Amino acid sequence: MAVNPPIEILADVAAPGVGARWLDGVRQFVRQRPLGVVGGAAIVLLAVVAALAPLLATHNPLANDYGAMLSPPGAQHWLGTDAHGRDVYSRLLYGSRTALLVGFGASVLGATLGAVIGVASAYFGGRLDLILQRFMDVFLSLPLIILALAVVVILGTGALNVILAITIPMIPRCALVVRSSALAIREMPYIDAARAAGYGHRRIIFRHMLPNVMAPYLIMLTAFVGQAILLEASLSFLGLGVQEPTAAWGLMLRGAAVEFAETAPWMGIFPGLAISLAVFAFNLFGDSLRDALDPRLRTQ
Amino acid sequence: MTRYILKRLLLMIPTLLGVAVLVFVLLRVLPGDVVEMRFASGQNQFVDQKMLDAERAKLGLDKPVWRQFMDYMGGLLRLDLGRSMWTGAPITEELELRFALSLQVAVMATLVATALAIPLGVLAALRQDTWVDYAVRVFSIAGLAMPSFWLGIVLILGLLVVFRWLPPMVYTPLWVDPWQNLSQLIWPAVAVGYRYSAVATRMTRSAMLEVLREDYIRTARAKGLWTKLILSRHALKNAMLPVMTVIALEFAFLLGGLVVTEQVFNLNGLGLLFVQAIAHRDYTLTQALVLLVATAFIVVNFLVDLAYGWIDPRIRYR
Repeated sequence: MAVNPPIEILADVAAPGVGARWLDGVRQFVRQRPLGVVGGAAIVLLAVVAALAPLLATHNPLANDYGAMLSPPGAQHWLGTDAHGRDVYSRLLYGSRTALLVGFGASVLGATLGAVIGVASAYFGGRLDLILQRFMDVFLSLPLIILALAVVVILGTGALNVILAITIPMIPRCALVVRSSALAIREMPYIDAARAAGYGHRRIIFRHMLPNVMAPYLIMLTAFVGQAILLEASLSFLGLGVQEPTAAWGLMLRGAAVEFAETAPWMGIFPGLAISLAVFAFNLFGDSLRDALDPRLRTQ
Repeated sequence: MTRYILKRLLLMIPTLLGVAVLVFVLLRVLPGDVVEMRFASGQNQFVDQKMLDAERAKLGLDKPVWRQFMDYMGGLLRLDLGRSMWTGAPITEELELRFALSLQVAVMATLVATALAIPLGVLAALRQDTWVDYAVRVFSIAGLAMPSFWLGIVLILGLLVVFRWLPPMVYTPLWVDPWQNLSQLIWPAVAVGYRYSAVATRMTRSAMLEVLREDYIRTARAKGLWTKLILSRHALKNAMLPVMTVIALEFAFLLGGLVVTEQVFNLNGLGLLFVQAIAHRDYTLTQALVLLVATAFIVVNFLVDLAYGWIDPRIRYR
């Protein structure tokens, strides 16, 4: 590696003890952001529930018990049963798997693709930037749900297609935010240094620019998880998302839950609570993360 | 200024053109067309190809795709949206009543959101990092977390259990019976407005926090101005710009984005129309709807930028 000019050290700078600094950051976060810790804990709990669903469930989430249709919460069915005699509690547990799968799948995909596009757009600038921006404008001028609906009608229903349908409208939203941070980073001396050292575009984008837009990326990512869970619930509620008999929260609210809202309120109330709590946890965590990562809003 | 307005108006054209092309392409990619959908839902089980072809020819679906696209563009240039492929009625007629309904719900929801967001946001900023701040943030994040269609179900259920009363389920226009109209539409407006207040509350809070640290606030304090006056004259005015943006853009999305909430409240608005149109493969109606929603967003966006210059004289456009 003797060929490398000394500027390499400048360009590829990584402060010593990154791990220790990271741990410090976590400690500070815990101390200063009690709400964020609550959100984080709830997310961990949700993940544990999803992982251990088979152990925690009292019934098969797909099994119909025609002898106990619409039965109220009790010893046999803790949160009651739905119109098909399926156990609401067990379906809620399994529903967390769908929610987390779609939530994380769509937001990781959407935020990552958006970040790459945003950084590339800012880095190359010029005509590419202009074209990409106009392209993004088109997508940004339509509500999330309209775009997601259109995509899901084309691709068909099912968990995987729902993930894609939610990913597509999220890409431009992340690209927009990441691009504006990347524009500032592009002017930094270390990017000039990297360019002077003769690095290729790909290396500069992936090694020098992307790590420096981690803050907006993470903020968008956590914000997207909640939104994706909500969108999945909306699509499933419309019958255009995950399909029966899969356990999904939005699906549990569909049809019969509205019809029997008065006689069997447990069917409608508990899945909605589950959605709200899950999204709440992600938003609470994301909000605190943003406050912690965005120095402009930091408490002095 | 005139040049700026002209430039912005011209810049709308490529975006709208992009939307028009996007929706056109998406619709042709969809499997099935309006003729198949109609015969699939009709009684006659035996449909021969000839009938399908005749029906397609009547709707212009037998023409090559590029021809259809030219017709569509030509119509747009003449501001002629054509007729719905499903009902055969002129699209402007289909849109009229639904647009009035969606617009009213969007306006009411925006009012609810603003009435919640600004006082709460200011309060949270003034009491930063105290329990008041936390409570406001939890309240607003909770609003963001609850699906508004579920909140709608719970609202209806609550009204039923507590008051033994259900909001009217049939739409009455405002000019026919205002009371009947409001007692139906206030509930979706509350369910949606609470949700949309969350973003505006957070924006108010952070904008206020930023402004309160400015030098001129300290100066105002130092010269002994009333806190009330500092807040209303100096702080709030300067913090309102980003809040206004957020509220305006949300309003634009509310027009077409209430797809699910409309379902719960049995409202025949633009969102429901969109779902129906796309299910019927009603190309003309879907295209018109998507363009309408996108135009609303772009125009509101433009108006917000213009309002910036008007509200904040430091901003000048060239």
